[in-house]
Amino acid sequence: MDFRFSEKEEAFRREVEDFIKKELPADWTEKNIYWPGGYGTLVEFEELNSHIEQFRHRLAEKGWLTISWPKEYGGAGQTNIEQAIFHERMSYYRAPAGEVATLIGGPTIMLFGNEEMRREWLPRIAKGETRFWLAYSEPNAGSDLASLQTRAVEDGDDLIINGQKIWSTVAHVSHYAWMVVRTDPAAPPHKGITLLIVDNKSPGVTIRPLINICGFHSFNEVFFDNVRVPKKNIVGERNKGWYYLMVALDFERLVIPMGGFRRTFEEITQYAKETKHNGQPLSHEPLIRNKLAEIAIQIEVAYMFFWQTAWMLDKGLVPNIEASVLKLVTTELSQKLANAGMQVMGHYGQLERNSKWSPLRGRVSAGYLDCISALVGAGTSEIQRNIIAMRGLGLPRG
Amino acid sequence: MNLGLTEEQEMLKTSARDFLEKECPKQLVRQLDESDKGYSPELWRKMAELGWMGLVFPEKYGGSGGSFLDLIVLLEAMGYNILPGPFLSTVVLGGLTILAAGSEEQKKEFLPKVANGEMIFTLALTEPSADYNAASIKTKATARNDGYVINGTKLFVPDANVADYILCVARTKEGKNPEDGVAVFLVDAKSPGVKCTLLKTLARDKQCEIIFDNVTVPKKNILGKPGQGWSIVKDTLQKATVAKCAEMVGGAQAALEMAVRYAKERVQFGRPIGSFQAIQHYCANMVTDVDGSRFITYKAAWEVSEGLPATMDVAIAKAWTSEAYGRVTLLAHQIFGAIGFTMDHDIHLYYRRAKAGEIMFGDGDFQRTIVASELGL
Repeated sequence: MDFRFSEKEEAFRREVEDFIKKELPADWTEKNIYWPGGYGTLVEFEELNSHIEQFRHRLAEKGWLTISWPKEYGGAGQTNIEQAIFHERMSYYRAPAGEVATLIGGPTIMLFGNEEMRREWLPRIAKGETRFWLAYSEPNAGSDLASLQTRAVEDGDDLIINGQKIWSTVAHVSHYAWMVVRTDPAAPPHKGITLLIVDNKSPGVTIRPLINICGFHSFNEVFFDNVRVPKKNIVGERNKGWYYLMVALDFERLVIPMGGFRRTFEEITQYAKETKHNGQPLSHEPLIRNKLAEIAIQIEVAYMFFWQTAWMLDKGLVPNIEASVLKLVTTELSQKLANAGMQVMGHYGQLERNSKWSPLRGRVSAGYLDCISALVGAGTSEIQRNIIAMRGLGLPRG
Repeated sequence: MNLGLTEEQEMLKTSARDFLEKECPKQLVRQLDESDKGYSPELWRKMAELGWMGLVFPEKYGGSGGSFLDLIVLLEAMGYNILPGPFLSTVVLGGLTILAAGSEEQKKEFLPKVANGEMIFTLALTEPSADYNAASIKTKATARNDGYVINGTKLFVPDANVADYILCVARTKEGKNPEDGVAVFLVDAKSPGVKCTLLKTLARDKQCEIIFDNVTVPKKNILGKPGQGWSIVKDTLQKATVAKCAEMVGGAQAALEMAVRYAKERVQFGRPIGSFQAIQHYCANMVTDVDGSRFITYKAAWEVSEGLPATMDVAIAKAWTSEAYGRVTLLAHQIFGAIGFTMDHDIHLYYRRAKAGEIMFGDGDFQRTIVASELGL
């Protein structure tokens, strides 16, 4: 065993760190309000859009926008440990990185798309020119995603889509929907689903904002009214979409904001050291010390799952339990961190970011709201536990 | 980064598990739990023959020169089988302390006897205050003639009932700083004035009260320099804490496996209870706790093994593993239902040990005070 980074890994870590410090705007930390694990305060929704585009462009030049891709497709061809190092450092600085097209779309097209589709999409994605949103959830298909009802019917060279998607994060600032639709209603639910790419500008697509509890326009509901999509936009084979979705889960295993947890924890700890209460630093109060120590322990344990997952992937092992546990413990950490922050800050914790009195520019009060989304988005905690029990421990299906 | 065990360590783990499964069935565990001795001399001898007691000691002292990490692998296997006996006390509290702080003469005298299973050791540290800090050391060692005279009461001393030698932590001098003026003495357990009483505990582990009543110890039996013993104690505590974590990881793994197996077999409402989401989520929580404990324990053990600063990670490992083992065995009980509440069933053996392990060398609250200090709070 050796828990140290190798020289090569350490050098890469420094390279990533230097890059971020050079390329991120100086006031980045002041302006963005990102909460690790949450979905409602993603930096995209801030007034920083032009900076984000520029940063992504620089990432693309470096090949890091598609860090998980193999070299032949314009990726960096890096080990999983190195990818984990990259995500760790990026999230520590709350830097914007990959999105649906680079993390899920591209890798899925590489595996299952035909040559034409690869030529059409992969270079654009790698350059950061094309952004996808995830068109999975529907009003009646959340945790039970396979019951989705949005229909696609053949018509000559096209498919015609009717239905509704919801909780569509960043749909309004993306270019294409990475979408699952029902193409065979007679087949069992998992076997009648097709994966395809739909242009946001297609006639019949209507995107309506939903405002989340943090006050941001992060997600949307999207209506499809006789939307025509060319058949060449189908990814892989018809009716195999569910299988592609399951495989794609593996692509985001290391996209966990470990550094974000550490960074926010450091800020809360610093606050406790610097803030006096009854003439004593808050950090001298036993309850605060105990609470912060508890969070430090949980962060360290989560890090262990993070590195373990990356290491297993590099070894060619399948981290079935580890990856799901990683998702589970980090989203729950998101909530625990917010609660601990609120406890440390007391009255001040409730102040929103515009107040001159608000500590850490209101990050914790926003996080206290946003952490609700962590345990719901991308597979609820309950679904994660089902996966661990059934896929990891082999317990029987209910 | 390399997070895997070596081939030799994998082999050690497998062979230790196989050996203990055969040589220490639960029937023997129970018998030893209920006995006053708490270990089987026959099994002890076999373990020594396998080289387990000498695993971590250099060859010149009769050992096989293994690393601390190797020892951790072995301890996890012992915990998995809930092996009763004075292994941790002898090897970690006794042997590793002598190896780290003893004179060449002391090492030559005692370590080969640890390695070949001839001698059982323990460390008499805690007193009625039950704290793991220097200020709690009230037992006095007074210089007299060519040695010291020890007076005081030690409490919760593991395996003292069968120990041949006791490493006694005593105060040689009162001073401003409680960490000054502490010394560690090698005391022959048969010395006149040593009175050992076995305490009856929840986990049936063998913890004792030892009264030192004018016990004379020759000067040559001081470990290290008189007055500087607390740094020896801290070093040993660190190793013992990780060692206890490894045992707990093994126990928690076993409890998890028992519960999952049962959840797949036990049928209610016409289907295995493991198909119910409530039970599935219990199991998911358990495996989260077990794997988290293992990863963080091995990180701390690796740091200790490499001689790197480990204070923070040892405290993190103990805080997490202590409480995780408790949660795991509690959920296991819930899955077993009424059958688990019977003396005949094995799960309570783990539930009891989880509590004993949590308390030994400092519980979660205690470890969190260390973590807080390390965070600079």
